[in-house]
Amino acid sequence: MESFFSRYKNALVLMGVLFVQVIILASNVERDNAGAANHGRTSLVRVWTINTISPLERGLVSTGHFFRDTWRNYVDLHDVRRQNTQLQSEVDRLRLEQARWKEDISESQRLKHLLDFKERYVGRTVAAQVIGTTGSEQSRVVTIDKGAQAGLKSDMAVITPDGIVGKVKEVFRYSSHVLLITDHDSGAGVVLEKSRLRGILHGTGPIDLVVNHIMADEKVDPGEQVVTSGGDGIYPRGLPVGTVISSAPDPNPDNASFLVIRIKPAADLSRLEDLLVVTEIAEQSPVAPDTSARVRAADILSERLPSVPKGKTENPDETAKNKPATGTGKPAGTTAATTPGTTVPATKPKPQVSKGGNPVNALTSGRPVSPEGGMPAVKTQGQKKKAGLDGPAKDSPAKKAPAVEPKPPAEAPPQ
Amino acid sequence: MSLTVSYTSREEIEVHKFSWVVSIGIPLLAVFLQAFLPQKRLRFMEIIDLPLLVTIFFAVSRRRPIPGLITGALIGTLQDALMGARYELRGLINLNGISKTIIGYLASSVGVKLDVDNPGSRFLMTFGFYLVHQFVYTVIDLKLVVVGAHAPPSLTHLVLGAFSNGLLAVALFAVLDRFKLRS
Repeated sequence: MESFFSRYKNALVLMGVLFVQVIILASNVERDNAGAANHGRTSLVRVWTINTISPLERGLVSTGHFFRDTWRNYVDLHDVRRQNTQLQSEVDRLRLEQARWKEDISESQRLKHLLDFKERYVGRTVAAQVIGTTGSEQSRVVTIDKGAQAGLKSDMAVITPDGIVGKVKEVFRYSSHVLLITDHDSGAGVVLEKSRLRGILHGTGPIDLVVNHIMADEKVDPGEQVVTSGGDGIYPRGLPVGTVISSAPDPNPDNASFLVIRIKPAADLSRLEDLLVVTEIAEQSPVAPDTSARVRAADILSERLPSVPKGKTENPDETAKNKPATGTGKPAGTTAATTPGTTVPATKPKPQVSKGGNPVNALTSGRPVSPEGGMPAVKTQGQKKKAGLDGPAKDSPAKKAPAVEPKPPAEAPPQ
Repeated sequence: MSLTVSYTSREEIEVHKFSWVVSIGIPLLAVFLQAFLPQKRLRFMEIIDLPLLVTIFFAVSRRRPIPGLITGALIGTLQDALMGARYELRGLINLNGISKTIIGYLASSVGVKLDVDNPGSRFLMTFGFYLVHQFVYTVIDLKLVVVGAHAPPSLTHLVLGAFSNGLLAVALFAVLDRFKLRS
């Protein structure tokens, strides 16, 4: 070893001096931060360091995820069957609830359309993974594995399905820094969901958030949900922010007329892994919904009731064979009633059935989803009639020809 | 067994020394002239690189790579420090520091193998080192740090600069030879 250093002493000294000079050079040169609108320039040595460390961090995180996912997805499955049953019940309950909400959303959409409101919502997102953190008492920043090459720019909102996380602070080629909402420098326009009070959200450093600029004479109850107001130009409107923990007058005498509302973030900021970066916020006037697409809770319930097997009736030829000669020439499902007392809505939506025989949630079945995230459009004439928006009820085919689903006696399921 | 190829006689491989006044004063003077002369009416002096010539002279005279590269590093860094503001570059840019470090190392290595006291070899040596210096400088500037402190020199500019610096080196080195302390 000694002979190596003595033999290549000159070359080693040259490399050492050059290395020091390159470091000095890099620490003095600043490069434009990719996509930075107002964050200025970044030291070149910092860019090099991050570009060197990011792939290592990404590799470590990916390896950890591989082993963890392998364990979770292939080994640790002892509770899956029970959870599946619970989730299926939850899906059924939510479908009923969804139908009820859709009515409210439709009404809201119509009113907004009348008032020519502009809506801003999440247009496009890029999925990213957290590969590192530089969090401290002074700054709360995480590093994600997507950068300028994925189209990220500064000040883009970063969210999870649970709620907002923060905004993109600095963008590098293959990674970015995200400033969490709990950072002292973070801010967001928010609105309290029930009282509709508007305030400004600030980070406090630890895990909590604070909303201020709300007058002290307002009443804010713990447990109330807080969502983004969309007024800050960064976060789209209506994203969950957190839950009110407490509210009290500001102890600072200068701001005694305002409340200090402590918020627990909706997203678990201490265990961030997969994030969504909002790369595009769409803005458009709401379109009055097609009310003919309504689904009533009763229809959802009726789907779950035992009915005639669909396999036979979906084949027109088979249907024609089983169908009595009525002479109307109408397709199956719109034929006149052949058995008194067995009439059902003419075109009742057929539920998609999973392998286990349970209805499949529309959101996961590949069916188109309405813009407001509600149920897919399942057109039923009976619903049009109920909505009263499709003309007089007398024009309804269902009214003209009350229909039944063919019910072959031999294949009727046990009731 | 290593074979050392040398075009110098044993007598010619002589390590020269300089007084500390010359060792510090000559580089400072060269950098000062380089930094401030061209700003006056002597615009044509921009093609001359006095710090480079001084680096080459001290490196080939001392004939030791480590002092040679350190001399180049100090002269280049000083040159950058003085000329940085002139090109509206923020802070200390080490482009000249890196390129002159390499030239100092190469010149001191060449000084062992060549007769560097001959005017012809001095001209050719400076001609070549000028081109190498410009190449290293441009590569660092445009590829490594992407600063673009200078536009890439044209071929005419390169040849003219190498020729002018080579000629000046012959004259300058003859003057600087007077400051050598024979050991």
